[in-house]
Amino acid sequence: MNTAKIEFSSCSENEAFARVAAAAFVAPLDPTVEELSDIKTAVSEAVTNAVIHGYEDSVGKVFMELSISGRLLTIEITDYGRGIADIKKAMTPMYTSKPRLERSGMGFTVMESFMDSLSVKSAVGKGTSVLMTKRIL
Amino acid sequence: MHLSFKKLRQTLIVSLIGELDHHNAVTVREEIDRRYSSSGARNLVFNLEKLHFMDSSGLGILIGRYKIVSAMGGKTSIALPSSYTKRLIVLSGIHKIIPVYHSLDEAVGGDRP
Repeated sequence: MNTAKIEFSSCSENEAFARVAAAAFVAPLDPTVEELSDIKTAVSEAVTNAVIHGYEDSVGKVFMELSISGRLLTIEITDYGRGIADIKKAMTPMYTSKPRLERSGMGFTVMESFMDSLSVKSAVGKGTSVLMTKRIL
Repeated sequence: MHLSFKKLRQTLIVSLIGELDHHNAVTVREEIDRRYSSSGARNLVFNLEKLHFMDSSGLGILIGRYKIVSAMGGKTSIALPSSYTKRLIVLSGIHKIIPVYHSLDEAVGGDRP
């Protein structure tokens, strides 16, 4: 099993950093362009959530843990920010807690659609952890 | 991320070049809105031919501009999305309100002199 753990500040610049890092990590499995796009988009969504919702106007730490076992990629993105009170509501397509920012409310739907599995754990005042897996064919 | 603008009769074409995410969403949104309102154009075409990455932040931009353009009585269209960007557009259902075209000519098409 190959693993990596990256810690970075919740600055919006790092959304691109995180998705490119995830793409580089999975490169040895020789994924298709489509699989790479799926992974990059899902990571971008999860990190954007940590930046916008987890830490809002403050800057905190975001952790991205990656692992490859066989051809299964696992990505866990964790923040220690505000947390989500109602995960089910947050995951509803088109729901956004920040309509003023023109958010589409599609973040979790994109993660769910582009990865094979998604699970979200969160506690108010403690943070949020998003666990995603994808089998590289 | 780089934007380039071209006005053709009543239509403003904005070409998005690079990667569109939450980080540059505000700049992109403000620049498009500023150019749209100063151009005097009614319709807006998003040329996505050179957009190499987009996440759901981009969907927010598309919907937001659609609302502004519709309020001005104009039409919004999307031209030349990559197969990948198109998947995202279809997943969100945006293609039902903003037509997607496979050429720029078709997207501008409705606006004949």
